[in-house]
Amino acid sequence: MRVALFVTCLNDAVFPKTAVATVRLLERLGVQVDFPSGQTCCGQPLFTTGYRARAAPLVRRTVRAFEGYEYVVTPSGSCAAMVRTHYGRFGPEAAELGPRTYELTEFLVDVLGVTDVGAYFPYKVTYHPSCHGLRLLGLGDRPRRLLGAVKGLELVELPGAEECCGFGGTFAVKNPDVSAAMDADKVRSAVSTGGDVLCGADSSCLMHLGGMLRRLSAPLRELHLAEILAGTEEDPWREESGR
Amino acid sequence: MSGVFVGMPAFPEAARTAVADATLRSNLRHATHTIRDKRARAVAELADWVELREAGRRIKEQTLRHLDRHLLRLEESVTGAGGTVHWAADAEEANRIVADLVRATGETEVVKVKSMATQEIGLNEALAAEGIRAYETDLAELIVQLGDDRPSHILVPAIHRNRGEIRDVFRSEMGKWGRPAPDGLTDAPAELAEAARLHLREKFLRAKVGISGANFMVAETGTLVVVESEGNGRMCLTLPETLISVVGIEKVVPSWRDLEVFLQTLPRSSTAERMNPYTSMWTGTSDDDGPSAFHLVLLDAGRTDVLADETGRQALRCIRCSACLNVCPVYERAGGHAYGSVYPGPIGAILTPQLRGTASGIDASLPYASSLCGACYEVCPVAIDIPEVLVHLRERIVERGGPGHRRERATMKAAGWVLDHPSLLAAGERLATRTRALHPRNPPGARAWTESRDLPELPAEPFRDWWRKNRT
Repeated sequence: MRVALFVTCLNDAVFPKTAVATVRLLERLGVQVDFPSGQTCCGQPLFTTGYRARAAPLVRRTVRAFEGYEYVVTPSGSCAAMVRTHYGRFGPEAAELGPRTYELTEFLVDVLGVTDVGAYFPYKVTYHPSCHGLRLLGLGDRPRRLLGAVKGLELVELPGAEECCGFGGTFAVKNPDVSAAMDADKVRSAVSTGGDVLCGADSSCLMHLGGMLRRLSAPLRELHLAEILAGTEEDPWREESGR
Repeated sequence: MSGVFVGMPAFPEAARTAVADATLRSNLRHATHTIRDKRARAVAELADWVELREAGRRIKEQTLRHLDRHLLRLEESVTGAGGTVHWAADAEEANRIVADLVRATGETEVVKVKSMATQEIGLNEALAAEGIRAYETDLAELIVQLGDDRPSHILVPAIHRNRGEIRDVFRSEMGKWGRPAPDGLTDAPAELAEAARLHLREKFLRAKVGISGANFMVAETGTLVVVESEGNGRMCLTLPETLISVVGIEKVVPSWRDLEVFLQTLPRSSTAERMNPYTSMWTGTSDDDGPSAFHLVLLDAGRTDVLADETGRQALRCIRCSACLNVCPVYERAGGHAYGSVYPGPIGAILTPQLRGTASGIDASLPYASSLCGACYEVCPVAIDIPEVLVHLRERIVERGGPGHRRERATMKAAGWVLDHPSLLAAGERLATRTRALHPRNPPGARAWTESRDLPELPAEPFRDWWRKNRT
């Protein structure tokens, strides 16, 4: 099976480890991964801030980049939701990309039909379901099922899991006080689990949470789900792998 | 809308004060989480919740599409049942109509049922200017009125107050308005409620004029409906000789069959009750019972403008249940006052800028007072896609272009251009990652982020470069 990796601009520029982990994970599961280099950003930050006209060229570019692919896979619930729920506003051609776009856990569980991906991660993990994956895509328990099947991993429930971390794109800087208060509450909740790792499936939320974890010197670290699933007993996840 | 909120700072500044107020944060957190959990349980009990929600959405949408016809039918029914219908284009006209009606009775005081429409138009202040004293009789509205405070929630306007604060307000202020609080009043809820009951009872028995809003107006029979849970509404709607109801034009439903849907969804969404405690319904006047004169003031005040906006008009479906406030993480932290309007929370963020326009700083900041997490849409019993309307209003603000948006527009233009040129983007990424050791931890322009959160460290190379080296 051949898929196009929709890496997202944030993973490309800031979190390549997440992108590399996604590639390795998919390849380990027998999937041939392409990276169409014409892709940049899906246009979400511009669109949700009110710049629809500025987002339009990026939408067209994204649609062109993934032309002809039956499966477009992205390690981001938020970017997948942008394509699936908002691209329809940019015309029928853009709308057509929606059904071919899969958030990583959807692709693994629904298309490949796997929940045990052969991963190994001997740590205590709590999972934050990001809003767009939760409410716009309806990911449900897919991420938890994948985590639950990881060898050595102890999954602990995050209190108030369904509450937003306060990122919200430009919201984080337009309303910094409320955003940071939400962030701090989420981090305190994660700390209360006694876990080693706060796992998520959206790098933007993880960037926000990570920024607060470090500011508060919290005793756990954030990690993208793809990085947890990419580690195996033969080649386990390491702090600086991919750097 | 009411002048009470004029001159409010924009949302981010008002929210900053609220976030720093530990008592307020704790009051709001406790109250919103309690009611949020209760609502979830009450809604989960209904096997047909999804269908009820869809029915509510459809009824409202179809009614709004032919609003003119339904309103004329309502007018005919109300008039036929002995009521008088007045049409008010704006707040000023509505206030003048009500003040004239009260003056014509010769009375100088009125009792009020909790009503968002009269708050919106600032009726109490307008009446006060005419020498007419309006007494709020809903417990929380009483607390707000006695405390010379502002409401901070649609359903529980004193949600920002705890028991101790309420006791203090009752002790110091009740005597100035009528019967004072009993000696030795404590903060026990039963004692506070009893103090309010005693204080209000003399007002109910004395009042000759009652003023209300309405949750629904049934066009086919001209029946108005008030849904409340304290019994104060029942008193105000039945004891006075004259009843004046000020109702937004979007509150009409065609038939009793339609009403039935909302009488199921509203109580569960708002107070998490299976059935509403006091549901008062009246049709015009009757000879031997209740008020002998009934006036209905139909209020537009910007609503027909909202109706003209294809995306924004869904805000008019709102039945004022407050479920969106109670689940909103932004409301929970910013509190209701930060929204600078009688309509706080997510629904306020889409309703206020549409009713008032976006000329002022506070109104233009409201569409951005959301992380677009979608919790509000999920709980809305009439399926208002609040995030969709928020983004739509952001577009409107960007198009109209305020001075505060000049720098943002330039940034977005530049970002859009770079992102549409992959080779330029790749070069930029490469440059940024190679010079990462030189980057300051608190770069100018990033203060809004770095004041409270660390920036991520950039990687040694972008993904594009890894791919080129390892997979091509």
